[in-house]
Amino acid sequence: MTALLELAGITKRFGLVTVADGIDLSVGHGEALGIVGPNGAGKTTLFSMISGDLAPDDGEVRFDGAVVTSRDAAARCRLGLGRTYQVPRPFEDMTVFENVLVAARYGAGLPTRAGYELATSVLAETGLAAQANLRAGALTLLQRKRLEVARALGTRPRLLLLDEVAGGLTDPEVEELVAIVRALRGRGLAIVWIEHVVRALTSTVDRLVCLAGGSIIGDGTPAEVLASAAVREVYLGSDPEAAPAAPERTAPDLLGKLLR
Amino acid sequence: MTAAVTTAPATVRVRRSQRSTRVGAPLLGLAVLVLAFLPFVAYTTVTSTLVTFFILLIMATMWNLLAGFAGLVSVGQQAYVGLGAYAVLWMSDLGVQPFLGVFLAAVVCAVIAIPTSLLAFRLRGDYFAVGTWVIAEAYRLVVVRSDALGGGSGRSLTTLSELDQTLREAGTYWTALTMVVACVVGSYLLLRSRLGLALTAVRDNEVAARSVGVDVTRAKRIVYLVSAAGCGAAGGLLLVSTLNVRPDSVFSVQWSAYMIFIVVIGGIGHIEGALVGSVVFFALQQALADYGSWYLVLVGLVAIAAALWLRGGLWGALSRRTGIRLFPIGYRVDRPS
Repeated sequence: MTALLELAGITKRFGLVTVADGIDLSVGHGEALGIVGPNGAGKTTLFSMISGDLAPDDGEVRFDGAVVTSRDAAARCRLGLGRTYQVPRPFEDMTVFENVLVAARYGAGLPTRAGYELATSVLAETGLAAQANLRAGALTLLQRKRLEVARALGTRPRLLLLDEVAGGLTDPEVEELVAIVRALRGRGLAIVWIEHVVRALTSTVDRLVCLAGGSIIGDGTPAEVLASAAVREVYLGSDPEAAPAAPERTAPDLLGKLLR
Repeated sequence: MTAAVTTAPATVRVRRSQRSTRVGAPLLGLAVLVLAFLPFVAYTTVTSTLVTFFILLIMATMWNLLAGFAGLVSVGQQAYVGLGAYAVLWMSDLGVQPFLGVFLAAVVCAVIAIPTSLLAFRLRGDYFAVGTWVIAEAYRLVVVRSDALGGGSGRSLTTLSELDQTLREAGTYWTALTMVVACVVGSYLLLRSRLGLALTAVRDNEVAARSVGVDVTRAKRIVYLVSAAGCGAAGGLLLVSTLNVRPDSVFSVQWSAYMIFIVVIGGIGHIEGALVGSVVFFALQQALADYGSWYLVLVGLVAIAAALWLRGGLWGALSRRTGIRLFPIGYRVDRPS
């Protein structure tokens, strides 16, 4: 059986900075993969190339056996690739229900009635049922993060790409989101999750990949990856050569997050 | 809060209309009926004034659809106003009755809009706005070079002159009224449909809309074509109401300026906004008709004030306070108690 998602030699440069340097990666059906790495490591860029928001300079993206490199984000979504954004991008002037309904009608391609039903059940699943008629622009950060997940689920994805859904949240809030993701995982949905809050990841994913300077420097079980010398070096920043191009956070800050 | 509250799908109830709609819709229908009856009882000065109003309302409704929902801020809709007027003239030369020609002009403009959109959609934001204006100028230049259509000095529509004046005015009026109703009801149905949901999403966040499977370009193109058709009909109406067409005036950027004024004052992104804005704009235009172009200065000031202090325009402010909606396009979930 082929993998659900396969990346082969994905390369992307912005000017002189190489943000993805021939990345090969595959995600199996129902697998939960976590991606960590310092800021500027190219995690979100990699996501955008998987979801189709950004075209790679070189390399190939295959989803469920089909090459999707030249297809746009909307087409990939309809094939079953759902994503969230690090900075939530709700449809602010639409209600929470309508936000998810767009996804159900377009991404999942459902007719009216079935769209209502999917949107309702997704909102219940993500704990947003009470906010269904609220304008999305009026939501709190936690609710916006939930809405990102809800909207991605509304497209009925086979692979869910989560981009720092736990970022900026308090510990109890992170717990709530982790519980939601774990429930999805239990349903057999394949997940790729970028997260700075490593603790949230390690409790949920079966495999962890560490990205730095546009390359994969660690791939294995969470314990293996976090223990590897290369990963620790990047996070602790002891070797200037291995440090990412433009780190926005300082090493102690990252270390704090890692060990929290 | 946990995710344990699961609603059984069978209990999902979604409402589209609300009380203000159930009261408002029959009232609007009644208004249309009364308006349809008007040529039998009113002087032609009244009906011809209303035709001018209807033309503005059509243009504003189309621009609102374009900018307020598809996020396509065009200052080149006069391209289709002009092309619509000339389409009616050209078809009348071929023997097509001009009133029928107005409807066909809408089709002609939609067809012309297909290749135009391929060009214009390569531009984004400010560049799109300026680009559409340039395209409108290009179409004007093409028309000016055509001697058959009267070149730079324009031409008269002669095929309607043989009609009795009262009958002609009434015919123009009914054609205009039909087009207004078609444009307003058409926009409403479009926005209420699945496509409307996509357009509202595109308006709010284009990247996110794409990420949930919306074919953004296709949605925008459909709106662009519809808007071209409406503006084409408005242009055709201009010709049959004045019986005269000059390229400099039908292709004038003032039409786009009017559309923007009306929609900004009335409330961008609300179908009712174009209605309210047209009434205000038209009232100002009529009241200040004797002061030459001063009315434009005043209207400009009103539009600036609306843009600065009245986000969502007059209708937006009213609707926010009262929750009134004549054309509800949203979805409300009834929660089983």
